[in-house]
Amino acid sequence: FYLTPPQVNSILKANEYSFKVPEFDGKNVSSVLGFDSNQLPANAPIEDRRSAATCLQTRGMLLGVFDGHAGCACAQAVSERLFYYIAVSLLPHETLLEIENAVESGRALLPILQWHKHPNDYFSKEASKLYFNSLRTYWQELIDLNSGETTDVREALINAFKRLDSDISLEAQVGDPNSFLNYLVLRVAFSGSTACVAHVDGVDLHIANTGDSRAMLGVQEEDGSWSAVNLSYDHNAQNEHEVERVKMEHPKSEEKSLVKQDRLLGLLMPFRAFGDVKFKWSIELQKRVVESGPDQLNDNEYTKFIPPNYHTPPYLTAEPEVIHHRLRPQDKFLVLATDGLWETMHRQDVARIVGEYLTGVHHQQPIAVGGYKVTLGQMHGLLTERRARISSVFEDQNAATHLIRHAVGNNEFGTVDHERLSKMLSLPEELARMYRDDITIIVVQFNSHVIGAYQNEE
Amino acid sequence: AAGMFLRLLSDIQWRAAHPKWRRMTGSQRSTSTTAEPPPASLPAQAQVVICGGGILGTSVAYHLSKMGWKDIVLLEQGRLAAGTTRFCAGIVSTARPVSIELKMAHYSNKLYQQLEQETGVQTGYMKTGSISLAQTQDRLISLKRIASSLNVMGIPCEIISPKKVLQLHPLINIHDLVGAMYVPEDALVSSANVSLALATAASRNGVQIHERTSVSHVTIQKGQVTGVETDRGRIQCEYFVNCAGQWAYELGHSGEEPVHIPVHACEHFYLLTHPLQKPLSNSLPTVVDPDGRIYIRNWQGGILSGGFEKNPKPLFTEGRNQLEIQNLQEDWDHFGPLLSALLRRMPGLEALQIMQLVNCPESFTPDMRCIMGESPTARGYFVLAGMNSAGLSYGGGAGKYLAEWIVNGYPSENVWPLDLKRFGTLQSSRTFLRHRVMEVMPLMCDLKVPRWDFQTGRQLRTSPLYDRLDAQGARWMEKHGFERVKYFVPPGSDLLDLDHSKTFYKPDWFDIVGSEVKCCKEAVCVIDMSSFTKFEISSTGDQALENLQYLFSNDLDVPVGHVVHTGMLNEKGGYENDCSIARLSKRSFFMISPTDQQVHCWAWLKNHLPDDSNLVLEDVTWKYTALNLIGPRAVDVLSELSYAPMTAEHFPSLFCKEMSVGYANGIRVMSITHTGEPGFVLYIPIEYALHVYNEVMNMGQKYGIRNAGYYALRSLRIEKFFAFWGQDLDAFTTPMECGREFQVKLDKGMEFLGQEVLLEQKQNGVYKRFTMFILEDHDTDMDLWPWWGEPIFRNGRYVGKTTSSAYSYTLERHVCLGFVHHFDEKTGEELVVTTDFINQGEYEIDIAGQRFQAKAKLYPFSSLFAQRRRKDEVELSGYQGE
Repeated sequence: FYLTPPQVNSILKANEYSFKVPEFDGKNVSSVLGFDSNQLPANAPIEDRRSAATCLQTRGMLLGVFDGHAGCACAQAVSERLFYYIAVSLLPHETLLEIENAVESGRALLPILQWHKHPNDYFSKEASKLYFNSLRTYWQELIDLNSGETTDVREALINAFKRLDSDISLEAQVGDPNSFLNYLVLRVAFSGSTACVAHVDGVDLHIANTGDSRAMLGVQEEDGSWSAVNLSYDHNAQNEHEVERVKMEHPKSEEKSLVKQDRLLGLLMPFRAFGDVKFKWSIELQKRVVESGPDQLNDNEYTKFIPPNYHTPPYLTAEPEVIHHRLRPQDKFLVLATDGLWETMHRQDVARIVGEYLTGVHHQQPIAVGGYKVTLGQMHGLLTERRARISSVFEDQNAATHLIRHAVGNNEFGTVDHERLSKMLSLPEELARMYRDDITIIVVQFNSHVIGAYQNEE
Repeated sequence: AAGMFLRLLSDIQWRAAHPKWRRMTGSQRSTSTTAEPPPASLPAQAQVVICGGGILGTSVAYHLSKMGWKDIVLLEQGRLAAGTTRFCAGIVSTARPVSIELKMAHYSNKLYQQLEQETGVQTGYMKTGSISLAQTQDRLISLKRIASSLNVMGIPCEIISPKKVLQLHPLINIHDLVGAMYVPEDALVSSANVSLALATAASRNGVQIHERTSVSHVTIQKGQVTGVETDRGRIQCEYFVNCAGQWAYELGHSGEEPVHIPVHACEHFYLLTHPLQKPLSNSLPTVVDPDGRIYIRNWQGGILSGGFEKNPKPLFTEGRNQLEIQNLQEDWDHFGPLLSALLRRMPGLEALQIMQLVNCPESFTPDMRCIMGESPTARGYFVLAGMNSAGLSYGGGAGKYLAEWIVNGYPSENVWPLDLKRFGTLQSSRTFLRHRVMEVMPLMCDLKVPRWDFQTGRQLRTSPLYDRLDAQGARWMEKHGFERVKYFVPPGSDLLDLDHSKTFYKPDWFDIVGSEVKCCKEAVCVIDMSSFTKFEISSTGDQALENLQYLFSNDLDVPVGHVVHTGMLNEKGGYENDCSIARLSKRSFFMISPTDQQVHCWAWLKNHLPDDSNLVLEDVTWKYTALNLIGPRAVDVLSELSYAPMTAEHFPSLFCKEMSVGYANGIRVMSITHTGEPGFVLYIPIEYALHVYNEVMNMGQKYGIRNAGYYALRSLRIEKFFAFWGQDLDAFTTPMECGREFQVKLDKGMEFLGQEVLLEQKQNGVYKRFTMFILEDHDTDMDLWPWWGEPIFRNGRYVGKTTSSAYSYTLERHVCLGFVHHFDEKTGEELVVTTDFINQGEYEIDIAGQRFQAKAKLYPFSSLFAQRRRKDEVELSGYQGE
């Protein structure tokens, strides 16, 4: 049994979303043309989340992907809350005051963010009051702390990440009288999420990354070819610096037990994450919270389980690594994606596929037989692949969908194989996770003309 | 590599066999160690200069020299056989749908077969046969039609089953085949070597060959070729032959007076492979799979396979020139669909190793037929080009016909379908050519059903009524760039699907045309016939009459206002044109001829009329819109619109008068309809066209007027046995042979062209006779329809072919028109065809291999004529082209 191409398309396109930035939003000409995003679940329900929003009180646009683990609660919460924390961190003192005064006097609030959401990207209504109060406490502290200095984006990002994670932790410790909310904040704290967030303002691109999602810049070389530039470092066992950092933060006696089987304490793949209080709280705190928590929590073996060799918490941080990049005209697009994509595709291929898709030019190197030994059958196979590649480009209206199609359907020739695609998409729920991970992708397209103009101004 | 291989092979042979020519021409085919001899200088003059050293140029030189002409120079800008000829796939295939092309290919095959013996140059000729495959029943029908015409020419040909295909060629996958056509005598040959062999023979006969010599332009004075300018000096000549292949267009336009040669090149791809593990036999038949758009031949133990893709790549539109055709880029992605078709046809070849994908330009023409003949504007300027990828198959025969044309003034066969003069300046636009050849190249493989039309390059010439007619449901065809209505889809009826009309059986417009015919018979119809060629000839004195009397066989010294149907004959009495001529005044005549005569007739008259400033010939085609009012009520409509009595007493048949119609004055009304039905043709100055049309339609309403198209007209004229020029009549047909003696006035008191031959035929009889056939046991709904070109059998023996056919809604039978010959049963010699011979036979018409009984008639059914026929006045003319 195979899915028909329309069936495949309806699965692939179910979560696709595109946003085109108005050429002139009244304040400035945007360096972002727009973005395409999409996600393909492997877990049921999906544990990845994505967010995109335009900052209304400052310049810039925020985009992020969040890869949840041990459930989706933390990723969901981060996807709802993180951008508010960032936006607030970026706000000048006067604006913060204005907002606080408005809240105080019950006036209408200045809108902070304009969200660009797919209908499936929900906000939890029940927790909004709780989340708002935590956020308000944050900006009140920022008002009190008024340094008088202009806000540095890097600092704002780091502060926002750390603050949100600490709020998540606190909310779980304090609990909530409402039992639903009480259970929710605990689930958020006990599950975890990575975050890879981009802030684009003019030619300034900041990537704040926590965990093993990845940001990659697509660069068009002078000869028209595409290359990839990494704008984030994976926080996992493959990253020597991360391993080094973790080891530095703990006594030498733990050196051997810190990273086992490429996992933190032999358990966790990402070395940085939101939530995951099991890797942050002391054993006592964990036990106390679990015991006083609702029954569902107590019944959950995972929450009760204390990681082995757990001596000097915290072992985990949500502090992001921030990379700043000044956009150049040759920087055509940015891909933010969870590890589900990067596990299956090399960044160079991602750059090429998206680049060819976005430029609409499907320049394939002409084939020349030259002195090679090629049979008719081999040539036929190769040509069929190349045709399929072109036709798959025309099938998708969304660069992220196009990437997912390749990520899931690519065969050894690097071209989409419908049979394979169909098989991968029709796997039963319980098997899907074994063959692929949740994939979430945002492709941001830059406006080279605007970027070029910015450059000339300077 | 393939090209190089052929090249090397021929070089070696050349040096061994013909050192003399090499020295003479200073050819540079030598190894690097040999010093290059200086090129021989060009002669100052020659009788004939041929430009182009490919298969066509060498073939013309070969045949001219064979016919005894020696003073010939052949110029090649690069090296002999270095253009398209060098890359040719080497297939000689006789299975051609157009009869004259079939004859050329047949001759070529015979010529190439003996060429090696004649010249000593190895040509690699190998009789392999060819198999044309059919994946559909319709394709099989088209193959059967070709098989029928091959068989009656004595060319062995068989329709075979898929199983038989497998026996002939073990690699073919036959599972999707419904049948095939096998032509056992088709051959493979090296085209470059054929070209060199022809050059060798020509050179022995005295033809001078100069390589590395480019013609920059041809000089023409007073409409006559005087010489050529080359990069190595000038040669004076009487005749110039443009065989420049894909550069023929540029060369034609390089002089001060352009010669329009509508050819355009497209890239053409074919694949060469290494030998199979067990090398293929070189006698394995060539396979043509038109439904897969490919051909496959054996090549050095492997295969050579190319095709005609749906999306051809035209090239050199901007006229880029180059000395020799460089090997163009291989484009595998473009070749992909053809490769798929190849592997589908021969799945066993998957493991076969590729040697090369060859990309070579091929020249195509606007109507898929090659171009030959003399320029209409420059006497002595001949052209042979645009072979539509069949240059090798046509080369021999085409060279022969052109040589005959140059030497004798006319070729030995009717080549009108290939005549350069079928085109004019209007087909010469590069944009038009680019678009049209993109349609033509895929058509090489497309199924060609009766009455298919080109879709590109349309709406170039239109009547002022075009939009009005189109809005009323007109469906269009094109002739000589002019849009003409086929029929009108009635309002409310479902739009006809173009694909449904693509059939060899009863077409979906059957009832629509039937109702138009009925309206012509019972009420009145109007057909826009503006495309006809219209000339005016006038003089200050009697020059117009005198000259026309010489050029036309009928007597034109008729009272003013009379219309005369007459042939414009050549000295052999054959029809160069068939026209209606109205005497407007003592000294001026209005001449109407078929649409595609615009260039040919003009050239003929220009060549035959004296250079006299008091004699004026003017092409007024564009000045008049022609509306044909056909039917018994036409007279009522016209008399109401003009307040003039139009009855036969006042306005007899074959009469012409200027009158007013509605508000418009100066409308030339003629009582002819080209159908034998009563009615009038109105020649309307174009600015009045819409007004007159509206008046006619308004007034006609109460008489039941409606629009009609050419399909109705055709049915009407064919059921009345009207021949028309270009389809039934040609330069090889005399009025005596088609029952038109009454249009010939042998005793008109003055000599006219063709008179002697006609006199001779009148005394001794004719060797072919135009005959009408009524199909007897043909089921209109179920059986294949006749088209034209179907073989006619008399008492089981082949006697000729049909030239046109139509369903007669009145007779409720199919009517075919065609020529009956009388071949001696033993010798095959042509004998006189008598009335008795026609009348005493049992006839059958072969439609795609199936024979239908037919009744032969030499005279039309008088019951079909509404008006009483008088022998002299009967209107026996129709030139609605098809």
